[in-house]
Amino acid sequence: MSYKVVRLPLTKEEISNLKPFDMLLLEGKLIVARDQAHKLLAILIEKNEPLPLELADQVIYYMGPAKKGNNLPIGSCGPTTAGRMDRFTPTLMDRGVKVTIGKGPRNQAVVESIIANKGLYLVAYGGCGALYATKVISQKVIAFEELGPEAILEIEVKDFPVIVGIDSQGNSIY
Amino acid sequence: MTTVELAVKISDAIIYASQNLEESLVKRLNEFKEHYKGDDTPNSKASYQLLKAIDETLKLSIKHNLPMCQDTGLTIAFIEYGQESRYSMAEIEKAFNKALEIALDRGNMRASIVKEPLYERQNSKTNSPAVIYWIPKEGREVTINFLLKGFGSENCSSLVMLNPTSTEDELIETIVKSVKAAGSKPCPPIVVGVGLGGSSDRAMYLSKIALLRSVGERHPETRYANLEKKIETAINELQIGPGGFKGDLTALGVAIEYEPTHIAGLPLGITISCWADRKGKVVLK
Repeated sequence: MSYKVVRLPLTKEEISNLKPFDMLLLEGKLIVARDQAHKLLAILIEKNEPLPLELADQVIYYMGPAKKGNNLPIGSCGPTTAGRMDRFTPTLMDRGVKVTIGKGPRNQAVVESIIANKGLYLVAYGGCGALYATKVISQKVIAFEELGPEAILEIEVKDFPVIVGIDSQGNSIY
Repeated sequence: MTTVELAVKISDAIIYASQNLEESLVKRLNEFKEHYKGDDTPNSKASYQLLKAIDETLKLSIKHNLPMCQDTGLTIAFIEYGQESRYSMAEIEKAFNKALEIALDRGNMRASIVKEPLYERQNSKTNSPAVIYWIPKEGREVTINFLLKGFGSENCSSLVMLNPTSTEDELIETIVKSVKAAGSKPCPPIVVGVGLGGSSDRAMYLSKIALLRSVGERHPETRYANLEKKIETAINELQIGPGGFKGDLTALGVAIEYEPTHIAGLPLGITISCWADRKGKVVLK
């Protein structure tokens, strides 16, 4: 009803126009990464080693899917608690990540990083894994396959519902 | 039944629990949804959309044979074991862990268990083992009650060793403080299990036992039933709301279990469950 369809990646102008509680339907590509993948990326960054993916302008979705469904490209795939990634987010945003998607609040350092990088934090509906599975068109593993459900994926989504949690000025729904 | 047949029977119950919530909880979620319907503030609109998404999720979960939530949890089983059962405890434990592996495959669940918590954190790839508690009883019957305990909410669970002279108000205040700290992290609306008494570990155990009770069902003792209502009201006054989007409905249910304790203490265990408060039961004759 009051959802607005947006194509990823978002332009600077689109990001700056979004406000907390705006309801969006995402269309395009997301990078999927959670706890262990973040930890491994942070180690590579600290050692100044090459990363297995390009971070510039990326949208990171905090998620670890369940087993693939029989007639769908992916399994149940709702958001995980974003706060656990707070310790890594400023580093990744400084490397180009513009948008993160998860559930729950972020710490002050992340809010400041969002402001500094003119980024965005989007909130997906926690627990709604089966719903999100029907919004994914394709998926592929792009790094750390050995991590199983914590591997880094690239997924393409359509009509993927989210709410703006923290806008580019740091205004938050929490 | 052979161990494999036993495992299949248990896996059916695990898969069912990953896709279906108990009736009283679904009813409560619907009441919440109706409450926010038509309210035009951004907060209420977001809450309504979340509750609508939950409704859709439950339907899609069954339709596509997918767990409602990708976090299919750490499985915690409470096994009332009849001493004259035809099955040995070792056999049941083996069957239960095998059931998790079968459910992972047939129910498209997630391998969420790592073998070791600190260093390698290597995935067991079987979604096992479960945490299993044994409760002895007379007779032949074995009753397995289990929780599929999501960890976004489990990370918000806590233990407080209260002073033995604490009042009811202090107890409520302590629980409210813990729920406030959890905020939007455990996927509200939430169900809260409260364990009182015993030792520190036993209070946490009791808070899990409390979650086995049907949402909305009250403690048989009036004063504890009233205490559950008071805690529920106090949690709702926090204005966390569904999704943490700020609103007047946060608690789907509160259940308390208590046991005798020491003269010097009042252990308080608090387990928070997300709205996807998944549980199941298997009876072996």
